[in-house]
Amino acid sequence: MTVAADKAFAGYRLSCRRSERMVFTGLDFAVPAGGALLLTGPNGSGKSSLMRLMAGLIRPYSGRLEHDGMRLADDPALHRELVAYLGHQDAVKPMLTVGEGTRFWASLRGNKHRADAAMAMMGLADLTETAGRFLSSGQRRRAALARVVAGGAPIWLLDEPTVGLDVKSIAALEAALAAHRAEGGIVVAATHAPIALPGATGLNLAEFEPESLEEEEAA
Amino acid sequence: MSAAFALFLHDLKLQFRHGSDLVAPLAFFVLAVLMVPLGVGPEPNLLARLAPGMLWITALLATLLALDRLFQRDFEDGTLDLLALSPMPLELTVLAKVAAHWVTTGLPFMVIAPILGVMLHLDGNSFLALEISLLIGTPVLSMIGAFGAAVTLGARRGGALLALLVLPLYVPILIFATSAIAAAGEGLSPRPHLLLLASFFAGGIVLVPFAAAAALRNALE
Repeated sequence: MTVAADKAFAGYRLSCRRSERMVFTGLDFAVPAGGALLLTGPNGSGKSSLMRLMAGLIRPYSGRLEHDGMRLADDPALHRELVAYLGHQDAVKPMLTVGEGTRFWASLRGNKHRADAAMAMMGLADLTETAGRFLSSGQRRRAALARVVAGGAPIWLLDEPTVGLDVKSIAALEAALAAHRAEGGIVVAATHAPIALPGATGLNLAEFEPESLEEEEAA
Repeated sequence: MSAAFALFLHDLKLQFRHGSDLVAPLAFFVLAVLMVPLGVGPEPNLLARLAPGMLWITALLATLLALDRLFQRDFEDGTLDLLALSPMPLELTVLAKVAAHWVTTGLPFMVIAPILGVMLHLDGNSFLALEISLLIGTPVLSMIGAFGAAVTLGARRGGALLALLVLPLYVPILIFATSAIAAAGEGLSPRPHLLLLASFFAGGIVLVPFAAAAALRNALE
């Protein structure tokens, strides 16, 4: 199953509320096909919340997400088809091998044939038969990234993708990101670590902090 | 649909690799039933009267024992986020997980229950009714349990809450299943009781995926 990737991903006047606190308000963004968006901002500024919101895991308090002019809230199935999400947790099962895990997730998106290439891309070719419980944290992160690569979704949402990665693995990730964008894919990444995303638009979450919160902090 | 089947096999594989997942509910079921003759004495008529209820009550409790693993681990390690974001509707995800849960709880109970029935001097006419009641009833236990597990997901001390929430909902299943077995033992037809049990199955398989999926979405927000 493939979804046309040559479309823009955008959000308008997004705001997010977590329990009683507004995390950000009035946030706009737009990423063209092949583009990248780099989220920055201090801890607690809502990068992860925005990621989950973009993925469709949390509903925006106000505002809307669009892809190719289509409101994603109207079509949750399309939304799920479009995004691949990498959260803080790697979702690597201790009792499954890297190969089994990656193939399973790829098969849920009908892309089982892409699993081996994805694992090779993330430098996991020698670890496909290794169970998750024997992996280091960097290897688990790479397995999670291989899952994103294998899934073949057009929009990648990567929350701190470089955590635990060594220099070589970061280079492999950068190559994977470049290849994805060359095919018209979209990358949204939140990271504190420097990562090569040529031509990426920056988005500083601190600019969208609700005013009331600043007053509270000043008081 | 093939994605749901892939998830079903994936869940089964995980449970088989965690050997304790498989053994714990079944061992609890067997041991708890074995306690009954020790507790009430080996008098055959008394045991035969108690057998349907004891078998079913322990089946309820043993099912409960395995419920928290249904979504809890996936919730903690981020798998549930990914399942919610996979192209497969979350309702199908719930059904696949319920099916895998039943294969590792209800199905082994069906296999072992006749042997326990013999030990409890269950009436010879009741065995077929016992098996059919387990075949129809234990999937409903897994379904109701999945709903409870989804609702209590993320709650502190969710395990105790889960039992309090789910056990009352198990009451109708217990009543109709045991009356089917008892009726067969008295030479009456267990059919009406089993049909009522089947109605719970039919209702559950339609309603539970939606209810549980809604609860899971809420837990992931």
